Amino acid sequence: MTLPPRFTEDVRALPTHAFGHRSLTWWGVVAFFLIEGTAFALAIGSYFFLEGLEENWPPDPWQPPGLLWGTLFTLVILVSEIPNTIVKRAAERHDLATVRRYMLVLLPFFALLLLFRALEFTTLNVLWTDNAYGSIIWALLFLHLTHILTDIADSLVLTALIFTRHGGENRRIVDVAENAMYWRFVWLTWLPIYALIYWVPRWVA
Amino acid sequence: MTVLSGRDLPRDGEDLQGAALHGRLERTWGDAPGLWGWLTTTDHKRIGKRYIVTALVFLMLGGLLALAMRLQLARPESGLISPDRYNQLFTMHGTTMMFLFAVPVMEAMAIYLVPLMIGTRNISFPRLNAFSYYMYLAGGTLLWVAFVLNIGPDAGWFAYVPLSGPEFSPGKRTDIWAQMITFTEVAALAVAVELVATILKQRAPGMTLARMPLFVWGVLVTAFMVIFSMPSVALASGMLIADRLVGTQFYNQYEHGDPLLWQHLFWFFGHPEVYIIFVPGAGFVSQITETFCRRPVFAYPAMVLALVTIGLLAFGVWVHHMFATGLPRMGYSFYTAATMAVAIPSGIQIFCWIATIWDGRPRFQVPLLYVVAFIVTFVIGGLSGVMQASVPIDLQVHDTYFIVAHFHYVLIGGAVFPLLGAITYWFPKITGRMMGEGLGKTSFWMIFLGFQVAFFPMHLLGMWGMPRRVYTYPTGMGWDEMNMLATLGSFVVALAVLLFVVNAVHSLLRGAVAGPNPWDAPTLEWATPSPPPQYNFAHIPVVASRTPLWDNRHHLPVVTGLRVDDRELLLTTVMEARPDLREASPLPSIWPLWAAISTTCLFISSIFTPWAVLVGAFPVAAALTAWFWPKSPPSPEPVIE
Repeated sequence: MTLPPRFTEDVRALPTHAFGHRSLTWWGVVAFFLIEGTAFALAIGSYFFLEGLEENWPPDPWQPPGLLWGTLFTLVILVSEIPNTIVKRAAERHDLATVRRYMLVLLPFFALLLLFRALEFTTLNVLWTDNAYGSIIWALLFLHLTHILTDIADSLVLTALIFTRHGGENRRIVDVAENAMYWRFVWLTWLPIYALIYWVPRWVA
Repeated sequence: MTVLSGRDLPRDGEDLQGAALHGRLERTWGDAPGLWGWLTTTDHKRIGKRYIVTALVFLMLGGLLALAMRLQLARPESGLISPDRYNQLFTMHGTTMMFLFAVPVMEAMAIYLVPLMIGTRNISFPRLNAFSYYMYLAGGTLLWVAFVLNIGPDAGWFAYVPLSGPEFSPGKRTDIWAQMITFTEVAALAVAVELVATILKQRAPGMTLARMPLFVWGVLVTAFMVIFSMPSVALASGMLIADRLVGTQFYNQYEHGDPLLWQHLFWFFGHPEVYIIFVPGAGFVSQITETFCRRPVFAYPAMVLALVTIGLLAFGVWVHHMFATGLPRMGYSFYTAATMAVAIPSGIQIFCWIATIWDGRPRFQVPLLYVVAFIVTFVIGGLSGVMQASVPIDLQVHDTYFIVAHFHYVLIGGAVFPLLGAITYWFPKITGRMMGEGLGKTSFWMIFLGFQVAFFPMHLLGMWGMPRRVYTYPTGMGWDEMNMLATLGSFVVALAVLLFVVNAVHSLLRGAVAGPNPWDAPTLEWATPSPPPQYNFAHIPVVASRTPLWDNRHHLPVVTGLRVDDRELLLTTVMEARPDLREASPLPSIWPLWAAISTTCLFISSIFTPWAVLVGAFPVAAALTAWFWPKSPPSPEPVIE
């Protein structure tokens, strides 16, 4: 027989949701940051490993990528943090109307980012098949493309969900806050990659 | 939204306990009957058992390959197996044992045991857990179907470029290997995330970090090692596939690439991988030693620090696999020192276990016998490892049978012996029946002694110059007797494993019925019936020490007030494990299976065309959306805010 219980504390008064490190979702999202962050860090390490083997970077006679689209992408993703922060704060104070409005505001940002990202691939001045420099440049941009694609897809589903009758549920509000946190990770990881693709080839040339 | 008062919802407590509570919880936590329930379950115990059995099947398959290789090597100039088949055999053996047996079986044991050991009702993200199992199964099946079709990979389990690159490995063999990696990485990373969240947020009230069972500490360290190391092999194999399929040049030295990039990325994963296998094994050893010596493990803080230190050092030693590639002087010194440093935390643990046995009242039943076998074998393997930290010795024995002997001593000694002990130890909890002691002891002695006969001679063969991965060797090298001895030993081990399986099956059907705590063990998993009900614990236990069941002989302190009409979990704070939240655990769902099927289609078809990544992403996205989309009407919770 199992031991008979001795009742100590009653937990019925505990809340059923919380933001940040108190929730399971937050820990799941943070663990995925660690996984994806490690993958990016190793890709960056691979970049410098290959760069270290070369006299010139990019290797002669290739030219560094054009700056226009990548820089525009960077500016837009940085500005997108403003509506993103508004969404996150509104979620944390359960202000559903503001959450709904600003998740819509984010949509044109997503469209612009995808457009600029597509154009970025046209101005890299190297193909992935040309040499290992081209391969790693394309790989970094492609890795970050999958990163923004998954988060945009996730945000679109969440935006649709937040307009249904489920939108007001606490679980969904926590999801919105954690999704906003993930978007911060998306643009934070972009900054070093932007430097590696567009500026390091200019600085070390 | 309707807001109900707390009184309207049924909860466990003094008014609802015993048989009535059991009935309510069974209805709430039970799966649908039959095949549908099997496919949709989110119960960590059902999925854990599936994972364990599948991993053990892969162990048997990998073992059969080993026997085939030993048969071929028993005599010089044997023509039993062709060189090409032999290449596939050793590649499949290593790949199966590392990716399909060792890591998954350790995670599988954690999936089953951790929620029970920390006193919660289910693992976190249980649908992800189901998804992970299906991905693992699909990856393993892909590899073995390919092998049966004679397109099994043949470039070794670490698939070094340029041999595995497009120029020297045409065809699909290496692509299948690399994509199998993707499957098992996804599965292993998903489980690691679940385990971290479960351990940090779902511990029973009062189970501070300093009161966690050492196995749970081992699993936590392992999960973090998985998180930081597996992206490396995923990236490396992704680049390999890209080199092979879309013409990138990462590893092509003629186009500014470098084959050594592969070795760095592979071993940045590959060395932690060894500790990912060993650290949970050390956790098994601690739990078994504690129970069978009837005292807490000696120097708990030192044990925890040793586990964490091993986890950190794991990431600082990968270059010792590359001593033969040529390194700067400083590199040799640094990685030699780091490698030797691993002996310190490992040694601390060994001495603490010995002290526990010495100071305890040991009962030498089968699980503890495996602990003794582990200590003996792992120390020998550890010492030959310290030898290889020295660069001159490493260069001498590199790629010889000395290395094969070394890593089988640490992996079988350090992980498989503890695992067999752990299976014997937790078998009554999982099945409700004891494993037979007589047959258990017979198979133990055969495995332990057979192992020494099979692998000790390989040290000598290596020092006499016999290289690894040769399908045969000429007569007159002086290697004949030792090879024959190793083959005989390997068949003794195989027979013993067969006896172990016979014992398990017989015990499952006819073994003595086990109570909740047949070994008088101190940890929480033994506070529930054997096998545990689907909801694990009728009431969530409260913990005030590291050995709660030894310190509460008559009553189990519990908290009350969780809803019984919904799958509610108690979340606690990260450090102190104070009750913090009540959160719902996801219901069973078929969508993880659909997500796994669509991801499988994407991964396998991408071996044949890169466009599969684009087209295949849509069904995956659809399945994931359906998975996350809420199906039930909005819930009346929150009750009290």
